[in-house]
Amino acid sequence: MKRVTLVLTLALAAGLSASAAHAQTLKTIKDRGMLSCGVSQGLPGFSSPDDKGNWTGLDVDLCRAVAAAIFNDATKVKYVPTSAKDRFTALQSGEIDLLSRNTTWTISRDTSLGANFAGVNYYDGQGFMVKKSLKVNSALELNSASVCVQTGTTTEQNLADYFKANNMKYEVIAFATNDETVKAYESGRCDVFTTDQSGLYANRLKLANPNDHMVLPEIISKEPLGPMVRHGDDQWFDIVKWTLFAMVTAEELGVTSKNVEEKAKSDNPELKRVLGSDGNFGEQLGLTKDWVVRIVKLVGNYGEVFDRNVGAGSPLGIARGLNGLWNKGGLQYAPPIR
Amino acid sequence: MSTEARKPPPQIALKLRRALGGKAGWNGVAVQLAFAAILGWIAFEIISNARTNLANQHIAAGFGFLRNNAGFDVNQSLIPYTGSDTFLRVFVVGLLNTLVVSVVGIVFATVIGFIIALCRLSPNWLLSRVGEIYVEVIRNLPLLFQLLFWYLAVLAALPNPRQSISLLGIAFISNRGLVIPSPIGESGFAPFLAVLTFGIVASLALRIYARRALYQYGHMIRIWPYVLGLLFGLPLVTTLIFGLPFTFELPQLKGFNFAGGSRIIPEFVALAVALSTYTAAFIAEIVRAGILSVHKGQMEAGSSLGLSRGATLRLIVVPQAMRVIVPPLTNQYLNLTKNSSLAVGIGYPDLVSVFAGTSLSQTGQAIEIIAMTMAVYLLISLLTSAVMSVYGWRINRSLGA
Repeated sequence: MKRVTLVLTLALAAGLSASAAHAQTLKTIKDRGMLSCGVSQGLPGFSSPDDKGNWTGLDVDLCRAVAAAIFNDATKVKYVPTSAKDRFTALQSGEIDLLSRNTTWTISRDTSLGANFAGVNYYDGQGFMVKKSLKVNSALELNSASVCVQTGTTTEQNLADYFKANNMKYEVIAFATNDETVKAYESGRCDVFTTDQSGLYANRLKLANPNDHMVLPEIISKEPLGPMVRHGDDQWFDIVKWTLFAMVTAEELGVTSKNVEEKAKSDNPELKRVLGSDGNFGEQLGLTKDWVVRIVKLVGNYGEVFDRNVGAGSPLGIARGLNGLWNKGGLQYAPPIR
Repeated sequence: MSTEARKPPPQIALKLRRALGGKAGWNGVAVQLAFAAILGWIAFEIISNARTNLANQHIAAGFGFLRNNAGFDVNQSLIPYTGSDTFLRVFVVGLLNTLVVSVVGIVFATVIGFIIALCRLSPNWLLSRVGEIYVEVIRNLPLLFQLLFWYLAVLAALPNPRQSISLLGIAFISNRGLVIPSPIGESGFAPFLAVLTFGIVASLALRIYARRALYQYGHMIRIWPYVLGLLFGLPLVTTLIFGLPFTFELPQLKGFNFAGGSRIIPEFVALAVALSTYTAAFIAEIVRAGILSVHKGQMEAGSSLGLSRGATLRLIVVPQAMRVIVPPLTNQYLNLTKNSSLAVGIGYPDLVSVFAGTSLSQTGQAIEIIAMTMAVYLLISLLTSAVMSVYGWRINRSLGA
């Protein structure tokens, strides 16, 4: 039902509006007093609600950081849970301002959906999870297996490619939501559950006996996950892109939520530029001078956010790996703020 | 007080009707044409405006995507399909999956519905209570809930393929579905098929001939020995001459799953069972109402002729009841077809799941895909109603004669 409503909104918006004026996203958000942020329906570590309904996760913290930069208040976010199938329609129809939902950046999504990727907040790759009792040690031993997958994902296509390339047969059972997929895997309908590797670790925590299941070593794809905004509003695109870069830059400069006030008083010219006592970069974005201070103080730098949600300080305990800073062997690299 | 004559009431409704070509015949045609033109213009404006806006937002539009590679696999397909086929083929695969589950559902729902209705009407206390409980329980629980019950509670509890339940060593039931031997055509297949077709056609012709003889001349012709010979004897003879028409490929456990044989996936079973049991509850009530609408004198007349209760129902009551049953029965068939889109919830690859779901999110072309899907459901529903209308018309005609 929700899906039909979304499509109808999109059809009406496209069919009736005189011109699709989406160039006012920042103003719309300020008038509304709330950022509308599309997240997943519950993926621990990335975006999931706790028992009180508070959303946490790496993707959620990006929404919070954008809200912090605009309102100086990280709580002014309305979270809209979207399924893998509905997420793009929700963005196109204007129901959400920002899609921050473990979404893989691909050329077709970037060019044909009327949306832009504003960066990569998690470098991931697709993997497989199986029951240990199957005694499988490699994805190449999965011939004739039944595989559970969430529909409408790049995962579904990579899976087809991988089994075809390796001349293996398989049976795919595709479900609309992550939870349905995990449930079917747990009930034994499938031998294998496949999604992005971070998602495998996150979903393993949801299983009754996480230790009975193992993630196979193969990574079969590149999955750069990042936030998406609608096409046609460059200012808004810049804000989301640079919010992410600001978090990475802050980590690089050693600015944390604890020491940001103190660092803001520093005489270091780079810190002065980034934290707003020199230059007016924030204003050029349509924000305030102290935008980076707001983000880091209220949400944290990229490293803090990573540790808290998916890294060492979380139940997932994922190593930084590809998501480390560029000068520490990872891929996270922000262009200079100057 | 004035004593002027009252004005006649303004006949707006009548004028409007004339203007639209109602009573005035051809006079209103111009207005109707203008009205249609305005509607067409509005539709054109909406579509062209949508196209412009989508283009401005760089959202892909048009139906060109149907020729692109889909790149994902589908669990059940009645026609050959691989991940490198087009979205158009995905559309057909999804459509066929929807149709097959709907047809199977309709057949079983009708059979179960009639049986339950006869139970409810039965003078046997136990039978009628069983029928009543069935109807009250099934129709008062949400369909999605029943679907999940069959899928997650009943079918998921089956053992895995390595511990599957063997039926005489040729068919196997596991949580991957039911695997049965699949027939493979051999040299004798073509003559066998030809003879079988001939047998069926000849039997039907015999039946028509026998009926005519019965109705027009009152001759009772016994045709069943000939039919038996045509349907079984002839094929047997060709088999002896040309060899076996087909052999069976037995399923065998290989690796994770069964190789060889045909498989019915549990998603299909869950969906077909849930749809047919649910709709059967409504059909049972419709059939019961239809039978009760036939005057009880008909039943008594049947008994007084010495017909058994079953024969009275079959020959006298049900044909008359069908007149009342068919229209609401059509509604139930339409409901069942549309409810099959709940397949999304359990991963059965129907039209909504693979086309309006997966294909939509792979291409992002929501407007085109949703429009196509809606058009297909509309078409299926209209076709179903048309077939049922013809059936209803034939019943009325035969009763009127």
